[in-house]
Amino acid sequence: MSGVWVVLEERNGRIARMSWEALAAGHTLGAQSSLSVNAVVAGAQTDSLAGEIATKAVARIVRLEHPLLAVYTSDAFTLALEQFIRAEQPDFVVFPHTYQVRDYAPSLAARFGQVLIGDVTGIGAGPVLHPTDKDPSVGTPVFVRQLMQGRLNGEYSHSGNGTCFVSVQSGAFRADQAESAPASIEIFTPKIEQAQIRTKPGQPFRGSAQTVDLGSAQFIVSVGRGIKEADNLPIVQELATALGAELAASRPICDNGWLPIERQVGSSGQTVSPKLYLAVGISGAIQHLVGMKGSQCVVAINKDSDAPIFEIADYGIVGDLFEVVPALTEAVKSAKH
Amino acid sequence: MKIVVAIKQVPERDAQVHIHSTSNWIEEEDMQWALNESDAYALEEALQLKEKHGGEVVVVSAGPERVGSTIREALAKGADRAIHIDCDDLNQRDALGVARLLSEAIRAETPDLTLTGLQSDDLGYGQTGVILAELLGLPHASLILHVEKTEAGLTVKRELEEGWFQTIELPVPAVLTIQSGGNKLRYATLMGIKKAKTKEIRRVTSQDIGKVAPPVVVLERISVPQKQKSTQILGGSPKEAATALVEKLKFEARIL
Ligand SMILES: Cc1cc2nc3c(=O)[nH]c(=O)nc-3n(C[C@H](O)[C@H](O)[C@H](O)COP(=O)(O)OP(=O)(O)OC[C@H]3O[C@@H](n4cnc5c(N)ncnc54)[C@H](O)[C@@H]3O)c2cc1C
Ligand SMILES: Nc1ncnc2c1ncn2[C@@H]1O[C@H](COP(=O)(O)O)[C@@H](O)[C@H]1O
Repeated sequence: MSGVWVVLEERNGRIARMSWEALAAGHTLGAQSSLSVNAVVAGAQTDSLAGEIATKAVARIVRLEHPLLAVYTSDAFTLALEQFIRAEQPDFVVFPHTYQVRDYAPSLAARFGQVLIGDVTGIGAGPVLHPTDKDPSVGTPVFVRQLMQGRLNGEYSHSGNGTCFVSVQSGAFRADQAESAPASIEIFTPKIEQAQIRTKPGQPFRGSAQTVDLGSAQFIVSVGRGIKEADNLPIVQELATALGAELAASRPICDNGWLPIERQVGSSGQTVSPKLYLAVGISGAIQHLVGMKGSQCVVAINKDSDAPIFEIADYGIVGDLFEVVPALTEAVKSAKH
Repeated sequence: MKIVVAIKQVPERDAQVHIHSTSNWIEEEDMQWALNESDAYALEEALQLKEKHGGEVVVVSAGPERVGSTIREALAKGADRAIHIDCDDLNQRDALGVARLLSEAIRAETPDLTLTGLQSDDLGYGQTGVILAELLGLPHASLILHVEKTEAGLTVKRELEEGWFQTIELPVPAVLTIQSGGNKLRYATLMGIKKAKTKEIRRVTSQDIGKVAPPVVVLERISVPQKQKSTQILGGSPKEAATALVEKLKFEARIL
């Protein structure tokens, strides 16, 4: 076995931030299990990416290079990493939990009879504390990931001797700053043939033209499924108007067509950082949080005091939005007089 | 086109969840259950494809007896028949274990297209569809919002991050994982509910399907996340809380 290998991903020609976070998670595992931490990057031309990694604290860097890796396809990436992992036999393979990773890492793990422990938010040292534990083996890592849309945490263990595959959630680990002497850089050339690639991906394109710029809004009132029906939207619209705020929404509101998709905040929508983000009837799933956690001040109105949105809110009102929102609209109006 | 849709029954969104005394799953008694959200969109996509191109929609669900209600809901919406893989130990299986169960049932159907939801709302692995494709030896695409049948196979619209999309062409048979929001969901009609009663639900036990490999990844314990940040909760009547909030925003946060 050859230690921890972190699979770094490129974005616009550079290593993406989430990949540095994955490297930090790799270091946590490496420290816990006294294993070396190494990096691998896949693509058609990876020299400058490898150069970027070389200043970080990694033992070895492998450029997994092939012309057929120029454009991402799950078939090519799975094949390339499969061959690399068979050759290297890592103890751990760590990925950032990106859309690309969710598309191929589960197949890759399955090829080894393994299961990706996906979207991990924390790594602890074992043993897993469980009443039915008979023989807790000290030192095995415990992987924490969210269940029930963030309402609960689950602790997972990996059993057996095979490679353990892990992906880490955006923002869960602080991107590695540790620098060290340049690591050795090697090239691994996988065998891939055009005929093995079954899908034909097109160029990325943007959705419909953007007419609102939530990114520069100072005040945002954002509405979630707690609003229940499209007919109820005017009560949040009135609050937004009173505050001089833009109206935004969580995904289900846009999925239902109640507000246009350009008003969706989150991983598949807009990223916003207003002075005030007022979340009304939004539970606070991670895909929503990544789009708004940069806000200066977050206020949540939710009837469930355990809703994950309260994890990141500065102020909260626990109550029925149909009572609280109209009261707040009044309070804002009279304060402005 | 013959389409199989994998549907999962999950706790209803607003249901209270309590941790079971074994501490590795939730209390299931008195729980209200619903069809997983992205699976509802997968079913909708399948029904629309059938309406356009003809064929058959078969739903498959693994779970204990209670999942029958979710299966009937899918039949009432228009699925033609169902396979229920009876299995009481879903939570002790990992994603590969569940995918193995589903893959055996699906393989026997030889569908042109297999759809799953993107992610289950309870365990949230977001993996079962992708693993299914691997086990069935089929190409796949994930996070799909729209499916079009072409001469050569399929053209699908895939969601990328931050408002970007991409189209992907792939041959059939194939597996797709469906993201929410691509279609408007239909409701079951009274007529549909009536008709559902006559539709076939074939039950197979997980033992029929084969030996269970021990899980590689084990859910050991669940817990309520510890609060990391102290939110100032403003109490009192709605009016009092609203007034207090405005004061805070004005004089403490200084943003109003
Ligand atoms: C790949 C992927 C990408 C995604 N991208 C995004 C994205 O970009 N943006 C996004 O938002 N989501 C996204 N999601 C979906 C996300 O996981 C959640 O499902 C979604 O954010 C939930 O929206 P919600 O909070 O409005 O609804 P719910 O989770 O249903 O929460 C509703 C909340 O309203 C509260 N409530 C109900 N009634 C009342 C009342 N009367 N008064 C007060 N409170 C009430 C409830 O307590 C609950 O907390 C994505 C998911 C995936 C898998
Ligand atoms: N027990 C099950 N029965 C049927 N389909 C399932 C089951 N578990 C998962 N799936 C399918 O796989 C998708 C992804 O689930 P998951 O990998 O758990 O997030 C779900 O949306 C379902 O379509």
